[in-house]
This record gives sequence, structure tokens and C-alpha cells, in this order.
Amino acid sequence: MKIKKILPQLLTLLFIVLIFGFFTMNAQENMDTRGIEFGFGFLKQEASFDIQFSLIDYDGSHSYARAYLVGLLNTLLVAFIGIILATLLGAVVGVSRLSPNYLIRKTASFYIEFFRNIPLLLQIFFWYFAALRALPMPEDAPLLLNSSFLTIKGLYAPAPIWTNFDVFFTTLIIAIVLIFFFLRYAKKKQEQEGKRLPVLLISSAIFIGLPLLTFLIGGVDLSFSFPVIRQMSQSSYTFDGGFKIPPELIALTLALTLYTATFIAENVRAGIQGIGKGQKEAAASIGLSPSHVLNLVIMPQALRIIIPPTTNQYLNLTKNSSLAAAIAYPDLVLVFAGTAMMQTGKAIEIVGITMATYLTISLVISLLMNWYNKKIAILEK
Amino acid sequence: MTKINLLKPDNKNLPLFLTLGSLFFVFGIFDFYSNNFLNTNITSFLPRIINFFIPLIFAVIGLHFIRIEFSGLKILDNLNKNINTSNFNATLSVIIILLIIFALPPLLNWLIFDANIAGNTKEACTGGGACWVYIKVWFNRFMYGMYPNSEQWRINVTFVAVLIFIAAGFFVPARFKNYLSFYYTILLPIISFILIYYIISGGSFGLEWVETGAWGGLSLTFIVSFFSLIFCFPLGMMLALGRRSNLPIVKYSSLSFIEFWRGVPLITVLFMSAVMFPMFLPDGTYVDKLIRVVVAITLFEAAYTAEVIRGGLQALPRGQYDAAKSLGMGYWKMHIFVILPQALKLVIPGIANTFLALIKDTPLIFVVGLLEVVGMLNLAKTNPKWLGFSMEGYVFAGIIFWIICFSMSKYSQKLELKYKTDR
Repeated sequence: MKIKKILPQLLTLLFIVLIFGFFTMNAQENMDTRGIEFGFGFLKQEASFDIQFSLIDYDGSHSYARAYLVGLLNTLLVAFIGIILATLLGAVVGVSRLSPNYLIRKTASFYIEFFRNIPLLLQIFFWYFAALRALPMPEDAPLLLNSSFLTIKGLYAPAPIWTNFDVFFTTLIIAIVLIFFFLRYAKKKQEQEGKRLPVLLISSAIFIGLPLLTFLIGGVDLSFSFPVIRQMSQSSYTFDGGFKIPPELIALTLALTLYTATFIAENVRAGIQGIGKGQKEAAASIGLSPSHVLNLVIMPQALRIIIPPTTNQYLNLTKNSSLAAAIAYPDLVLVFAGTAMMQTGKAIEIVGITMATYLTISLVISLLMNWYNKKIAILEK
Repeated sequence: MTKINLLKPDNKNLPLFLTLGSLFFVFGIFDFYSNNFLNTNITSFLPRIINFFIPLIFAVIGLHFIRIEFSGLKILDNLNKNINTSNFNATLSVIIILLIIFALPPLLNWLIFDANIAGNTKEACTGGGACWVYIKVWFNRFMYGMYPNSEQWRINVTFVAVLIFIAAGFFVPARFKNYLSFYYTILLPIISFILIYYIISGGSFGLEWVETGAWGGLSLTFIVSFFSLIFCFPLGMMLALGRRSNLPIVKYSSLSFIEFWRGVPLITVLFMSAVMFPMFLPDGTYVDKLIRVVVAITLFEAAYTAEVIRGGLQALPRGQYDAAKSLGMGYWKMHIFVILPQALKLVIPGIANTFLALIKDTPLIFVVGLLEVVGMLNLAKTNPKWLGFSMEGYVFAGIIFWIICFSMSKYSQKLELKYKTDR
């Protein structure tokens, strides 16, 4: 009986050790013959390549480590925007899928079937190479909302110019902390006395009101620098001032959002359908309005079904953001596993770091979502 | 005639409300149509913002008038029930109708009516619509990549042969049914590999050698996804069993294997297979690019398949395991005859989704320089003779992928129904 337990384990162990041993031995040998040294010292060297779009100060004189950080931040930016937009769109479409209105229902399912059956890479290419290339040149671009220009070179929007931004920012954080405590207080009150405070109203009042106050008394001021067109040469124009969102970022976010939202929508629909009809009817029969039925009875229960698969979609979105490399949006893969690897030739280290980074991001997102999932799970006695 | 309350239409004045409602509705739609396609704005005397919303307002008022309960007209009742239950719903319905009117004619014009398909050069495209000539001229490239034109029959022959071998499984006599899974997981891959190696690659039997770098287009998509599909399923099953095993080493090595592949993007895995993998092999050995790609995709998707199958294993009630054990079945017997048949049935949709994801991931192999259909499109797009037709190319590829994926997902739904047994 014992041998039955030990033998398979020994075999697995042997297999793993052999494979790893074989690979490391070969790698060692190959690197020796080619004169490559293993090490992470290159991270401190000067990168000497430029990156088109960066959230932090960067130019060629910075180190590879800094370039890595730029790529990482760009990846996180796309993932962050994408997750928020996809969640909103997915929730709306998912609820629309169950609408009593025939047209809305069919439109929602058409959207889902259409976008999720086309490869994401193709969608990214479509938006970037076909759809966004049809936008006007800077000199022909119409003014949008009296402030922005949407051109073939990207979106030029007014850039905010802050004075005393730190005061504003601190107040914002204080407001969020205050809301957190208020929510706890409101929950306690509801559990003890059965009274529902107007939670949404008060917390949004705190969230908007406090930062607004700093404009009046805190010396905070906000003005905008508007993009202004300037002629560079005979036929080339550019914009001065303002804030530029590159077309790569737009195309990538658009494609990721539209693609991932279809999956989130299906999760939302499955979650709502997973709640028994009796719950809905019971809630309606005690006189709750349709929106209350959805918000207070269906959604809290449905969320438990919705969250685990949606976490997977968030992870997928983050990982899919690496397709950015295909349209030259400077994300982690393009900057680090692309340009930096070409220059340094440190294949093992760089691919290793890139993979470890993605693993860490995935791990953090799943830990966060698991924590949230546990928080809203049914407390069984 | 009784009192008429315009705010509350009722069925006493049915003809009046019906006429009024349809008039308003038709006027709204007509106004929208003329604004957009006839370039005449009948309501231009109004302020701009109101003018913009006139079609919507009129159509919603029209729908409001015909919202009559128990009208006695079946069509009207159905209409009201489905798109016109409240003012809010009516507004949404009208917005969707207007959007369809706005988008559909230009789309159809571009796709069909103004499109050109006759001719063989760029100059043949004179209309304002799509230039399908581009697709026609490049069709062979999109299907077969850089494979020599005169040899393309070899790909067709191989595909037909492989299809026949796949279909053969459906027609075997009943007494061989037990060996079907053996056939599909072991024999079929070997047969197909031999076929592809000897016919598509060539090099013997008087066939010209064509290196894998020249393969491409849709046929490459099929080859890559076919092999990854067949290999990732058994591997995923073993990993799922390993993860549920109570032997710690087996369990944790499967677990870390699965979590590793699920945590990294496919593009980095392909990078790894392209630049890192050759470093791990003894000097001088060379593994073909295509094989490396297939292995990478297989390992990657196997991790996802494993998680799906594990879901099915977990969903089975404990009683099934206990019952099988009490009959004296060992681990393998129990899993092969009792657990897996039930578990796999439960996870058909999940497996189908993984397979669809795999097919949709194949375009990514462009990072190692293999050009399947999307890669070929990007190559064709940069051809100086055919600049400016990227839209047509992407629409074409989109349609192809959509048909493949949509029919696969419909087929999986059918399978799900077929194997659904009440428990």
C-alpha cells in the first residue's frame, strides 16, 4: 500500500528534476560557449532608447530599470482603464440581456455574439489600422466639446494645471477615509435600528463637497491648458499645450473593453439568472420597487456567482493587454521583452522578469478579488 | 364619442389613438431619415438642440399613443408587450431603431452595393464601397501563406484526408466504440502528423520540400489549433487529476504548473519559445519553429483546460467516488469508468470556451514570425501596390473567424443538450 503512494511521487519528482537539470545544464553550457554572463547588472545601465508614451519622466539617459518601470506603468494603466470600462459596459449589457424589451435584449446578445467570436488581436488591428486611421489629420480636425481634438495622431484634450495640488489630494484621501467610516456607521445603524441612511447621497456629498471646499478656502486652483494647433512645416501640423492620448492607447483600450465586456456581460447574466425566481417574486410581493428588487435583493446574491468568473476576466484583460506589442504601444512586453532584450541580449533574465511581473500582477488581482469575494460570501453558521 | 384623454390612451378611442400614434411615429422616423439621407431638415426652424431630438420625441409620443392595454388587436398587444411597456422602454426602443436606420444603409452600401469585385487590379475599385478585388487577388496568400502556388493542392489533400480520419470515428462499428478515445488521443495525432509531415512538408516521394516558414494563412491557423487542441485535452485531464490527487508532490507540482501558465500572457510564452527555449537545448539541436509554437500553445491551454476539468471533478457529489470505491475499483478504474465520463459531461461548455480561446489566440504566433491569416493581412497591407485596403482585410478575416467560432459555440451548445442527463 505504501509503495503505491510513494512510487508515483518519486517518479514525478524524478521527472521534474531531470527536466530542470537538463535545461539548466544546457543553458549553462550555451551561455559559456557564447560568452554570455547571467546576471541582473544590466538593469543599472543606460537604456539609450526612447519610449513614445510614458507616465513618468523618462528619456534615453535613464536606466533599464527605469524603462522597465515605464513599461509596467503603461501596462497597469491600460489594465486599470480597461477593467473599469469593461465592468461598466459588461454590467449594462448583462442586465440588458434580460430586459423585457425585445429590441434591447436582441441588441445586447448581438453585441455579445459579435465581439466575442472575433480574435482580440484582430480587433486591436482593426481599431488601430483601419478605424482610427480614418480620423482626420490635425489641421482638419473638428473641435469637440469646445476643447478637444480627435485626430489621426491621437486625442488632444485640455490638460489640467493645478496650484496646491497636494492640498486637494490630501482632502480627497480624507474624504475617502471619512466615507469609509460613514459606511461602517450606516451599516451598524441599519443592523441595530433598522434605519437606512441615504448612503449614496451623503457619501457623494462628502466626496464632492470636501474637495470643492479646498477651492474656496484651501488656495487650490485649477485651470486648463487647451491644445492649440501650430504649423510645423509646409504640410505638417501639431498641437501645443494640452494633454495627448496616443492612438495606440485608444485602440488598445477600446478593443480590450469591447472584447472583455462581452464575457463580463455573460457572467452578469448567468449570475442574475442563477438567483431563483422566488427571490424576485418574494421581494416584489413585499412591495419593493423594481430597482430596489435588483439592488437590494438580486444583486447582493448574484454578486457571489458573478465575482469568481469575473476575476478571471480581469486577469485575462491584464494579460491580454500584452497584445499592445502588436501595435507598438509601449507596454511591458514591447519595452522590456522587446527593445531592451534586443539591446542587451539577456534573453533568460528579461523573459524571466517579464513573466514574474505578470505572475505577480495576476496573484495580486486574484488575492484582492478573493478577499472581496470572501467578504460578501454567505456567512454560514 | 366620450372624453378623450391624451395622456391615458384607452381602447374606447382605439382608431383615433392608433392613427395619431402611427402618424407621430412615422413622422419621427421620416424626419430622422430625411435629416440623414435626403439632406433636408423639415424642422430647421426650431432651435438646434430641440431640432436634434425631434425624431426621438415624436416617435416616443407616437409609441405612447398606441400603448393601449387589451386593445383586441393581437399585433398591437404583442408590440406593446415586447418593445413598448413604458415610456422609458419606448425611448430605448426608438433609440435602437434610429441607430439601426442610421448605421445599416451605409454599412450595406459599403459591404455590398458600392463594393467592387470585378477586375484584378487596384484600379478596378472605383466605387465608394469595399474593394473585394483586394481579397480576391490575395485570396491564395490569405489561405496558404507563402506556400508555392503550384503545390497548394497538397494542403487541400492533407486537410481532406485528416477530416476523413476524424469523421471515421463517427462511423466505426459499435464493438470498437471503446477504443474511440484511444484513437482520438493517440492514433489520430500520429496519423495526422505523418500526413502533414510527408505531404505538406514534402521532401520525399518526389514532393518538393517546403519549409515551415513558408506555411501560413488560414491553413496554418488550422494546423496549429488542430494539434494544440488534441494535445492539450489529455494533458489538461492529467493535470486536473494531479491537482486533485492526495499525494503532496504530485498535487503541488501540478498546482504550480497550472498556476504558472495561467499567470503569464501567451505572448510572453511565445517569446520564451522563440528566444529562451533554444538556450535550454544542447548546442546544435534545432527544433522547428512550428513545433515550438504548438508545444507552447499546448502547455498554455492545457493549464486552462485543467482548471475547467477540475471544476467538473469538484462538482460531482462525493457519493460517486464512494460508490465506485466500495465496488473495489482502483484509482484509474474509478476515474476512467465513473468519474471522468460524468465530470467531462458537466464541463462541455467550459471546454468549448477554452478551445475557442485557443483558436482566437492562434494569430499571436506572429511574434515568432509565423504568419497565419491575420499576419498575412498585415503583410499584404504593406504591399505598395495595394496600400489602403486594411479595412477590407480585417473585415474579411473577422468574418472567417466569426463563422468558425460561432459555429463551434453553437455546436458545443448542441452537445451540451445531447449529453444532458437529469441527475
